[in-house]
Amino acid sequence: MTATDEGAESEADAGVVDPDEVRHVADLARVDLDDEEATAFAEQFADVLDYFAALDEVPEVADEPDLVNVMRADEVRDGLSQEEALANAPDSEAGFFKGPKVS
Amino acid sequence: MSADDARDGDSTDDLNAFVTRETVEGDADGPLAGKTVAVKDNISTEGIRTTCGSAMLAEYVPPYDATVVERLREAGATLVGKANMDEFGMGGTTETSAFGPTKNPVDPERVPGGSSGGSAAAVAAGEADLALGSDTGGSVRNPAAFCGVVGIKPTYGLVSRYGLVAYANSLEQIGPLANTVEDAATLLDAIAGPDEHDATTRYDAAEGGAPGATDVPDDVHPADATEYAAAADGDVDGMTVGVPTELVEGADDEVVAVFEDALADLEARGVETVEVSLPSVEHAVQAYYVIAMSEASSNLARFDGVRYGVDGGEGNWNESFAAAREEGFGDEVKRRILLGTYALSAGYHDKYYEKAQDARAWVKRDFDEAFAEADVLATPTMPVLPPKRGESLDDPLSLYLMDANTVPVNLANLPAISVPAGEAEGLPVGMQFVGPAFGEEAIIRAGSAVEE
Repeated sequence: MTATDEGAESEADAGVVDPDEVRHVADLARVDLDDEEATAFAEQFADVLDYFAALDEVPEVADEPDLVNVMRADEVRDGLSQEEALANAPDSEAGFFKGPKVS
Repeated sequence: MSADDARDGDSTDDLNAFVTRETVEGDADGPLAGKTVAVKDNISTEGIRTTCGSAMLAEYVPPYDATVVERLREAGATLVGKANMDEFGMGGTTETSAFGPTKNPVDPERVPGGSSGGSAAAVAAGEADLALGSDTGGSVRNPAAFCGVVGIKPTYGLVSRYGLVAYANSLEQIGPLANTVEDAATLLDAIAGPDEHDATTRYDAAEGGAPGATDVPDDVHPADATEYAAAADGDVDGMTVGVPTELVEGADDEVVAVFEDALADLEARGVETVEVSLPSVEHAVQAYYVIAMSEASSNLARFDGVRYGVDGGEGNWNESFAAAREEGFGDEVKRRILLGTYALSAGYHDKYYEKAQDARAWVKRDFDEAFAEADVLATPTMPVLPPKRGESLDDPLSLYLMDANTVPVNLANLPAISVPAGEAEGLPVGMQFVGPAFGEEAIIRAGSAVEE
């Protein structure tokens, strides 16, 4: 399993997954993993991806329902107050969410 | 079900059915006046913490009510607490909750099913008259079957999802649980209907009307023209019930025996049974998990530790974000986010996600064809009896396979009900009826005939 931005169509053998590959995907998904988790997930992902591979047998099926516009009129309505919106934030300052530095 | 007997010597507190116990009285009168309701803890309650069974949201207190909670209050119901669940709805046993597993009131060594396990256990143990759960791939029907109560997964778009913390939006619906079909249908009457806050409840004639509610005018939402409780009349004489062979063959023998007895009882009441085939369902579990995990990987990106949730601490944005998620999410949630990220990544999207969408369309087509031959379809709800706690957590794939009979319904956006059909080895067996889109009345009628 090698999820790269360039694609990996040739990696047909989904049955082999190593912990480094799990860490790469975890990095893309912004989830830290410890070594134990990466090792356990590698084994479990191999089973699950192996099972998903059977989707290969599914034929192309056209499904194009009629789409309708469900946009409502753009009218001003009540929303959350600033205080309510910030109430669950771990950190805030001067009425804003306070996040970590970007880089 | 003799839940009361099984509970002897095992206080209901020990079931761990609730994450938070708090009482909120409803309006003085209404169709649910005097009824107590447990609400699954992924449904927002203003001023009452809503954890989704996750450490990530252990202290999250919503600033607003979900639409269904508002409707409960208006119908006169009294909320008695927030029910335990698999973390973010990801599981079928309520063992992945960060607040500990819930016990099955029928046999405390066994799981109550999931992910709405707290909701089903609360109803089965008499801790609440009624409950709300959510069903993404069986999460209302599975625990209903395992705890011996009734659960309904409504047609996609019948009930508002506003205020439901999203896991897989294209699949999930909020649904009722109760001790009887009529009570569950009464709760459905209270919560169903269009909501301006959820565009998917908009019912549109352009979709071709409601195949399962042909007497409803095309420009009316089916919930506004139907009293579901009135359909719980047990009058199934002349009804045709289709039995999809693929979904019976995979079930354990003792489950099939109870299912077939219940079918024979229905035949004695004037039901005609016919065999139908759904060849696509062989791929339904694969398609379901690819779609659900893909949607989860996107939906759960909101948990960044900034607006709510666990604080990720020092470091730059990416480091803090990843640390918050390592700390706040449990194993199954991480697994699904990672597998979903993988399935959507460049080079794999066509192999997994596109194919899963094809399978979803194929499942829909198979159901359409089956409903040309039958009014409703019947299957065992779960192919197995409720497992013991701790038996299957380490093998995710075996847990996914337990969903074989429930996930096709979500892929096809259809309504389904699980009703207790009998017992095997002293444990409850659920029977599932699936209806055409907006055909809730037919499945409620069929279900009410089984419980009589």
